[in-house]
Amino acid sequence: MNLQAYLVVAAALVSVGLFGALTQQSIVMLMMGLELLLNGVILGAAAFWYFLAPAGTEGQVLIVIVVTAMAIEMAAGFAVTTAIYRAKRIDMTDDAAELRG
Amino acid sequence: MITLALFVVLAATAIVAGALVFRVDSMARATFLLLLSFLAVAGLVLMTGLQYLGVVIVLMMVIEMVVMAVFMIMYMMNPAGLMTMTMFHNTRGAVAIAATVFVALAAGALVVDWPVRGGVPAPDLTMALGESLMSGQMLTMMTLGVTLFATIVGSVVLATGRGRYDRLGDDLGAAESDDRDRGGVGR
Amino acid sequence: MNVALPLGWAVLLPVLLLAVAWAAVAADVVVAGRAAGRPVPWTTAAALPGREALRLLVGQRRRAVAGDELLRGVGGAVLPIAALLAAAVLPLGLRPVADLGVGIVWFNAMEVFAWAAVWLVGWGANSTMSLIGGYRFVAQGLGWELPHMFALITAAIGAQSLRVSDVVAAQQGLWFVVIMPVAFVAFLLSVAAMAFWGPFGAPVGRDLAGGAAAELGGVDRLVVLTGRWLLLVAAAAMAVPLFLGGGHGPWLPAWAWVLVKTLAVLAALVGLRHRIPTIRMERWTEFSLVVLTPATIAQALVVTLVVLGEGGV
Repeated sequence: MNLQAYLVVAAALVSVGLFGALTQQSIVMLMMGLELLLNGVILGAAAFWYFLAPAGTEGQVLIVIVVTAMAIEMAAGFAVTTAIYRAKRIDMTDDAAELRG
Repeated sequence: MITLALFVVLAATAIVAGALVFRVDSMARATFLLLLSFLAVAGLVLMTGLQYLGVVIVLMMVIEMVVMAVFMIMYMMNPAGLMTMTMFHNTRGAVAIAATVFVALAAGALVVDWPVRGGVPAPDLTMALGESLMSGQMLTMMTLGVTLFATIVGSVVLATGRGRYDRLGDDLGAAESDDRDRGGVGR
Repeated sequence: MNVALPLGWAVLLPVLLLAVAWAAVAADVVVAGRAAGRPVPWTTAAALPGREALRLLVGQRRRAVAGDELLRGVGGAVLPIAALLAAAVLPLGLRPVADLGVGIVWFNAMEVFAWAAVWLVGWGANSTMSLIGGYRFVAQGLGWELPHMFALITAAIGAQSLRVSDVVAAQQGLWFVVIMPVAFVAFLLSVAAMAFWGPFGAPVGRDLAGGAAAELGGVDRLVVLTGRWLLLVAAAAMAVPLFLGGGHGPWLPAWAWVLVKTLAVLAALVGLRHRIPTIRMERWTEFSLVVLTPATIAQALVVTLVVLGEGGV
């Protein structure tokens, strides 16, 4: 096993997640794409830690940060979804376009 | 050899399950395929020796995905996928962007001349992480803590439909709160 | 230091858990009979788990129209597997089958698979009652998971280690239940809650015609009910190394103490079960978030101060 193999897998997860986040019309499915994207970031961080700088703890701390970011993304995302739905019965990204420039 | 086989199986599971998330019609299946992808990545993280973080990812993602399933069912018009319908927009553009990103990232991973491995892992990685978070990375830890707390407050404010004025009246002076469901503490 | 048992014990572990679960079911039948005013003889009760298992084994399975059989099957199978994996870090005596450095976190991670399992079983049946049962479990889970985690962490703080065998070793002199009673009580509550059992049985409640398990028949039902009892036994047995001194005790060998203490915890749970009514979700959620969670945090703080005062870390 080497760094390149891990990073290619991580890249695949990031791009699949990006695809999902860009294409999904449903807000909750969009968030699943974002989660998958961050999943790839976790894998990348673990790989960088293990194969480049295992003596330090920065890689581990980065994983802690990403995992926290996922939790925050979920909580804030669903709170916003709930607020939009409560106000306007909107559950699709295309309908929530007030901020379009 | 076993390591290689394990890596291939976990990596394939992570990617295939991740891709299937956007192919299946049933929201329950989509959510638990995403969980499968997370579990496979947790396995890959465990393979690098990060016991604590690997197990924490499992712990967190199981709960997170079950909660996610609840919201998925709540906010989808077709949660069980019993009707076939497509919920995509701008598929072609997204494929192009995602493919470009993958090629760029993978090329970067393969082409860059990575430095040689410096040092060896600490004997107790969990202890090393804890000591780091409680000393050198204390600022990171505190920022995460405050951000999480802000998220809790912000999510509740955004998500709740009724505030304390609805419960206790305009001057907050009601003797008994006006709740549809009475809680267990008797406020 | 790693003190895991030889690998053969991994085969024996399910047998041990099943045997204890058998005893717990039999005791539960006796207590239930007495509570209902129709005492069941010991001999009948002791044979009942086996008879019931056989009846379910040959019984007809049930399939709902347009149900998600795959997810329901996965959910049912996950329940016993999660219980067994959680029990892998359980010291049988002073040594567990798998002496992981992060044993306490491992136990926690395996036992939360019950969340996914119960919800999937409830969802897969394509039945309203089942699905409501699944949702009830998630609602309860949000209530017990935080106090449960703080209780686990408190034991880890007391021992200054996440390794279960270290937690046992730290209780050579004083059982942790003495310095962390609140954590112990919170843990016992969450034991019953994670097995959706007794006062926390609302997810499979009679008011829902069986809730998450309403549409289960035959071997499906057997797997889920067995998994539920295994989870209860594994979690109750975990209270022994965490709070009740593990295998430490006079006269008897370590394994015997673990067995005696585990049976005592289970006896307390079974005995209390028929004295407490099923608790409703909204009551339990508010109580656990407003009372239990702060109490367990305060408990963790107190134990931390004790550990620091004794010159720990």
